[in-house]
Amino acid sequence: MDIAVLIKYVPDTTAKISISGGRVDESNVSKWSISPFDEYALEAALSMKDTSGAKVTAITCGPARSEKGLRDAAAVGADALVHIVIDDLMSLDSTKIQGLLAAAVKQTGAEVVFCGKQAADTNSGSTGPGVAELIGAACVTNASEISGEGGVFSVLRPASNGSERVGVSAPCVVAFDKTTSELRRPNVKGIMMAKKKPIESMDSDSLGVDVSGSSATINSQSPPDEKAPGQMFEGADSISEVVQKLRNEAKVL
Amino acid sequence: MEITIIAETNDNGLHPVTSQMVAAATSLGASPTILCPGGVGTDSAASIEGVGAVIGVEGDCFASFDGGAWSSALNSAISGGTVFTAATANGREVASRVAASRGIPVIQDATGVSAGLTISRPIYSGKAMEEVNVSGDCVVSIRPNAFSPSGTGGTASVSTVNHSSDVSVTVMEAIAKASERLDVSDADIVISGGRGMGNIDNWAQLEAVADQIGAAVGASRAVVDEWGLSHSIQVGQTGKVVTPTLYIAVGISGAIQHLAGMRSSKYIVAINKDADAPIFGVADYGIVANWEDALPVLKDALSSL
Ligand SMILES: Cc1cc2nc3c(=O)[nH]c(=O)nc-3n(C[C@H](O)[C@H](O)[C@H](O)COP(=O)(O)OP(=O)(O)OC[C@H]3O[C@@H](n4cnc5c(N)ncnc54)[C@H](O)[C@@H]3O)c2cc1C
Ligand SMILES: Nc1ncnc2c1ncn2[C@@H]1O[C@H](COP(=O)(O)O)[C@@H](O)[C@H]1O
Repeated sequence: MDIAVLIKYVPDTTAKISISGGRVDESNVSKWSISPFDEYALEAALSMKDTSGAKVTAITCGPARSEKGLRDAAAVGADALVHIVIDDLMSLDSTKIQGLLAAAVKQTGAEVVFCGKQAADTNSGSTGPGVAELIGAACVTNASEISGEGGVFSVLRPASNGSERVGVSAPCVVAFDKTTSELRRPNVKGIMMAKKKPIESMDSDSLGVDVSGSSATINSQSPPDEKAPGQMFEGADSISEVVQKLRNEAKVL
Repeated sequence: MEITIIAETNDNGLHPVTSQMVAAATSLGASPTILCPGGVGTDSAASIEGVGAVIGVEGDCFASFDGGAWSSALNSAISGGTVFTAATANGREVASRVAASRGIPVIQDATGVSAGLTISRPIYSGKAMEEVNVSGDCVVSIRPNAFSPSGTGGTASVSTVNHSSDVSVTVMEAIAKASERLDVSDADIVISGGRGMGNIDNWAQLEAVADQIGAAVGASRAVVDEWGLSHSIQVGQTGKVVTPTLYIAVGISGAIQHLAGMRSSKYIVAINKDADAPIFGVADYGIVANWEDALPVLKDALSSL
């Protein structure tokens, strides 16, 4: 079984996000990492590799720096690496990004795709289901547990009254929430091998995807609205006063 | 502007975000059509002020959730134009599918819309905002509690159509929630605890305060991981993003990943013994106190309301 894992290389969640000229200033980001939920997706794929010999292909779409994300994935066991080189991801709307990723998945021949439930930068949650639609696959989102082999899976996902275990078969996309398995750490041998691993480079031309003319464009990015400083109180005795304020001032009780 | 709204439904009928989506649509001058998946909540949808028409979309596929089947069935009932869904887990999935099948962009988690069409939304877990401009049709998911609901008293016509689609995600086992407590994503008031609460034995005291006011109980990742609480109550970047009218944080430091999940709450109260805890930076009412002293007083004050 072949599993394609979509990994996005994003500002680390601890990085400060600054704005310059109406855009997030990427040159000022101190640390980049694989998006947290994509790490859970990658770990799920690697543990299937351990148990049933799945071949794991990591695919990223982004500028040159994203190559590091692929090397990190290789260091923990990804078998093949695909880099769709796009210099400015933010200039592409969802139709273009999904088009590129779907075309790359098709080229790898993988019938099972793992990805994150949402990326740490966009916070959208669009890509998994969108790619599923484009490749004609089933999709389960918010997966927190997965088992199965041979392309037949049982997945745990939230439901209105708790959670539910659902069955799904390849071709399918599974978008991961946090699971109980953190991404394994690389060892020295893994890191050395990753350095030499070939990366298959693709672009919009080689994938046959027209990336011109996005109909959704970013006007501006800005810092969040500053919140007026709050009122501070000392000691538990102040709580009755705060409760009165919640009732009379904020009118929320 | 032509807007079709896909209603957000739950076991009780319509989710409140449905009326908020109508308000967002009417603010753009639209008289939206509401599609009710599985025919749920058509009468309440018709009574929302500003709604043009209500269509119950009935089909076997609506018995359980399969985003692929739902969007394909719903798509048959959408004539064109722009589509709104709720920015919930299911709503986002349907939004992406409908957009991809129509070849139009999807913009998730809108907190503001204005003519043009211009959409504002948080990015980087609320560390920044983004304004997106769309020419042509698109699909937009609307964040719950970002818009005030529309009024009631509407009298839209209700019709029913039958559309179904093959289901490829089948429910094998339903697992009931461990507690009967409200879900943090749905609650009007959330009270969350963190590592400052010492250990799991003290958790009942937090729950007792929550029960006093019908609040949901949330938690920081530190205590979810270390005390084995359910991940479904974790608030933050890798947990849930909540937007209640009141969020009370007890013994939570306010790490950036926690703030990502709760900073858009309408009012925030923080109880922490450290006056320099970052949580106070987002609190409307900050109380520097030990939780051991604070929670009993809070419980009393709430019970005498
Ligand atoms: C990729 C990633 C994702 C993450 N996702 C999340 C997430 O979704 N949600 C999340 O919450 N965290 C998340 N975290 C973890 C986050 O960085 C913090 O570690 C976590 O939020 C800390 O939890 P806490 O505030 O409960 O504990 P601490 O940071 O240990 O804070 C405890 C606080 O309690 C106070 N305190 C101590 N004793 C008392 C007392 N007696 N009375 C009152 N106050 C007291 C202390 O002053 C302190 O401020 C994530 C981290 C990473 C790297
Ligand atoms: N540019 C990209 N390259 C690789 N994977 C991506 C990219 N964009 C999104 N994804 C995948 O899709 C998931 C959801 O992204 P999003 O729809 O942007 O929230 C991410 O967690 C990744 O797994």
